[in-house]
Parts: sequence; structure tokens; C-alpha cells
Amino acid sequence: MKRAHILVFLAPAVIVYTVIMVLPLFATLQLSLFRDGGFVGLQNFRTLFGDTRWSASFWNALGNNLWFFIVHMLVQNPIGILLAALLSSPRLRGAAFYRTAIFVPTILSFVVVGFIWKLILSPIWGIAPGMLDAVGLKSLFSPWLGKEGSALTTLALISVWQFVGIPMMLIYAALLSIPDEVLEAAEMDGVTGWSQFWKIKLPLILPSIGIISILTFVGNFNAFDLIYVAQGALAGPNFSTDILGTFFYRTFFGFQLQLGDPNMGATIATVMFGIILAVVCVYLFAIQTRLRRYQF
Amino acid sequence: MRRNRILAHAVLLTYTVIALFPVFLVVLNSFKNRRAIFADPLAFPDAKSFDLIGYQTVLKQGDFLLYFQNSMIVTVASLTCVLLFGAMAAFALSEYRFRGNMLTGLYLALGIMIPIRLGTVAILQGMVAAGLNNTLLALVLVYTAQGLPLAVFILSEFMRGVSDDLKSAGRIDGLSEYAIFFRLVLPLVRPAMATVGVFTMIPIWNDLWFPLVLASTEEVKTITLGTQVFLGQFVTNWNAVLAALSLAILPVLVLYLIFSRQLIRGITAGAVK
Repeated sequence: MKRAHILVFLAPAVIVYTVIMVLPLFATLQLSLFRDGGFVGLQNFRTLFGDTRWSASFWNALGNNLWFFIVHMLVQNPIGILLAALLSSPRLRGAAFYRTAIFVPTILSFVVVGFIWKLILSPIWGIAPGMLDAVGLKSLFSPWLGKEGSALTTLALISVWQFVGIPMMLIYAALLSIPDEVLEAAEMDGVTGWSQFWKIKLPLILPSIGIISILTFVGNFNAFDLIYVAQGALAGPNFSTDILGTFFYRTFFGFQLQLGDPNMGATIATVMFGIILAVVCVYLFAIQTRLRRYQF
Repeated sequence: MRRNRILAHAVLLTYTVIALFPVFLVVLNSFKNRRAIFADPLAFPDAKSFDLIGYQTVLKQGDFLLYFQNSMIVTVASLTCVLLFGAMAAFALSEYRFRGNMLTGLYLALGIMIPIRLGTVAILQGMVAAGLNNTLLALVLVYTAQGLPLAVFILSEFMRGVSDDLKSAGRIDGLSEYAIFFRLVLPLVRPAMATVGVFTMIPIWNDLWFPLVLASTEEVKTITLGTQVFLGQFVTNWNAVLAALSLAILPVLVLYLIFSRQLIRGITAGAVK
């Protein structure tokens, strides 16, 4: 065996990845077809979508998850792009400082972030009402995290606050990689400032925006920690902040009076897997290939 | 032009304040007594309001030293495995031509997009069957598998850039393939390794899901889970809550400030390709 070293180099990574990640993933898909040790075909899926109690919870979680994602797309990514565009303006002093500072929330854990905001928004401490009072808007304050109508949006915005650094960095990197000749040519033609951004830079960074969108999607549809920390496994008030991740956790691990149900948990995980896989495939085949032609 | 620049600074500065203010507020108030926290949350602690009661409660009540140690063990062990195994696989994929090279690369890259959490039910069952639940080893294994796909992907990009002449010279001098990897290639991709290291480390240190599911007993709690449980129990003790949050923030913040240049350079370099 002259080429045994190739195997030695590959083996540890492939084995750990296969045994700990890939096989359990398939085993989970398989578990969704069983109940109490016996094969039941698609029965679990019929329960999830057919039984009114299950399906109500599922559609509620899916809808909330979609809204969670939409808030990220509408708030996080535009702010990220704006900050990156400003950061990349030529000869800007202190760019390194801004970059470092704005990225700080991203490195903190959900536990810390969730609790910090719980404290700040708490009517007991009074930071948020106090600050609104300072600008004369005290009447706008309400305990946002505790109200059914506003809790989910508030949590989504907290998550946006935490992760805005990621789109900012990726777009910033993409903007830096635009060749100077392109921008010089644009300036020769009199295209400068914001019109240069809209007409020249934005089309060139579209692939990066595509990557950010798909990363946001996968991250959001697999989110759990922030909701769990801020609202608990019951995703209160009255399940208004329940997303697929918390629904999955409650179902398979159990909570308070309900026992854990591995098979139904696996069924939910399978549906989540299907959703994520479908969107990733659409992105890879439909969107990314079309965006490729803009690249250098 | 000048007006534009002032506007840019104004927007960036505003957002910097939004990003840092909540963190600052928590750390600031963790050094004050209860009355000062509520009476004037924005004031700096002075001789009258300075108080370490929160930190004393945290250190007395929670076993934070143990949690911290657990987190260190898990993070360092997983990081070592990810970097070593990842670099080895990346080297094999970028250096040698063999049947199934592309396929292996794709197989490993799939894990970048598909979250490992979806396999949790079977992972838990497997760990229980192997007697590994409530051990730190279970966490190390899971985080290694979780970190490998991205590590292999980024490192093989970098290893393609290592000069062939150097490796050929090594082979002519009679170095084994292992020596070429460990003595020639690894030192050259050290900057890339540091970048991958930072990216791998943050989600491991901050993860709540797997400690909650796989290792929730007292002896193996990580700092993230420990903080979460502590905060839940001490909700009404504001001094303790603020102190615990500050203790959770500070080590990460210090590490980040040390490595931030590496992290930012890594993001920028990766995207240029």
C-alpha cells in the first residue's frame, strides 16, 4: 500500500463526522417512521399534520419561525449592508475600531444576550422606559417581552442586535474585493457616491447577499437558545414565541407535565430537515448559479 | 465629501453605542449595591454605591470555577480535534489525486449547511447506549463533528495555495508524506488555522443545546449552562444576576480583543477568493 497515507489523513475526520453527525441524522429520519419500537410508516407525520392539537402547534411554530426570519431579512441584513458600505468608504478613520466594537455582541452567548435584554426591557429596572422618557416617548413603552403581540418581534430584534456583525463583515469583505479599476472607470464616467453604490457595487456583492440570506435562513430555522433563555421551553406568553427549535425540544425532551417523545421529536426534526434541505437546494441550484456570472 | 464623512462617522458611532451600551450597562451595574442599581443605573459606582456583594454571592453559590474548567476542557479538546483532523483531511483532499476525492469533499461540505442539531434524538440515544451521556467526552465528540465541515472546507482552500516546489523539494530530500504535512505544510497554514480556530471556538463555548441535552448533571455543566441555571434560580437577586452575567462576558471579551484581528482578517481573506 503505497498510498495508505491518504487513508490515514482522511480517516479521523471522516469517521468522527460519519459516526457522530451523518449516521444519527439518518437514524433520526428513520426514527420518525417508528412508534414504541414498531414500524408505523407515515403514521407520525399523519399525527403531526392531522391531529388538530399537534398541527396547530406545528403551524404556529412554523409561522413564528417565518416571521422571525422575515424580521432578520428586513432589519439585520439592510443594516449590515449599510454599515459595511459606510465602513468601506475610502480613508475612513477608526474603521478597525467600529468593526471590532460592532462585532462584540456576536461573540456573546445567547444566555448572556437574552438576559441582558430581559433586564433592560424589564419594567422593574426601568432602563427602557427611562430612556424613552428622556426623549419624551415614555407613553410608547410597554413590557414588550410579556405581550403576545410583540414578544416574538422583540426577540427577533434582539437576535438582529446580536448578529448584525456577520452580514456587516461579509459584505465589507466583498466590497473590499471589488477591483479598483472598476471603481476608477465608474468615477471617470461620473458615477460616484450613492449612485456608484447602487449601480456598481450592489450588483457586484449580490452573491455575498445570497450567501448571507441562506446563512440567515439556516440559522433561524435551527434557532432555539435565545427563545429558551428569554421565555423558557414553553415559549411564552401563550406559545406566541414558539419556533421550530423550541417545539422540537419540548416534544422530544419533554417539559414539566409532558413526557418526552423521541419518535414525534424525530418526526419534527425530519420536517425541519426537509425544509432546510429544500431551501438550501433551491439556493444552490437556482440562485447561486445565476449569480455566478457577476463574479470576477 | 467632508459632510458625507461626518455623516458616516455619525451613523457608525450611533450603531457602536447601540452595540456596546447594553453590555456596558450590565458590567457597570454589577459593581454597585442594590439601591444604586435601581436609583441611578447610568451612574458610575462611587465610594458610596460600590459593592461586590453580587460577585460574592455568585462565587459562594454557584460552582463557577468547576463550570469554567469544564468549558475550558470541552472547548480546548474539541478545538484540537477539529484543527488536527480537519487539517489532515484538508491536506489529503488538496494534495492527492485519488478516486472519490471530489465526492469526499462534497460529503464533508454538506455538514456546513445541515445543522447537527437535527440529529439530536439519535445522538442522545447513541450516547446513552455507549454510556457516554453526562460526560464531557460526549460534548467533545459532538463539537468535533460539528466543527469539521467548515474547517476542512476553509483549510483545503488555503492548502491549495501552498507552493508545490517546497513539497517536491521535501520529497526529493526523502521526507515521508507525514513529515511533509507536519513539518512543511502545517507551519505555513498557521494563520488559516488560527482563523478556523476562532470560528470553531465561539459556537462551542456559547452552545446551550448540547449541554442541556447531553450533559446537564452538576459535575459536567459548562459555563453557559451553569450561568443559565444560576440566572434562572436567582432571577430576583439583581446583584447576583448582574455579576454572573459580567463573569460570563469578561473572559470571552478579553479573548475576542486578543484575536479580533485574526478573526476579521480571516473573514476578509475568505471572501476575497
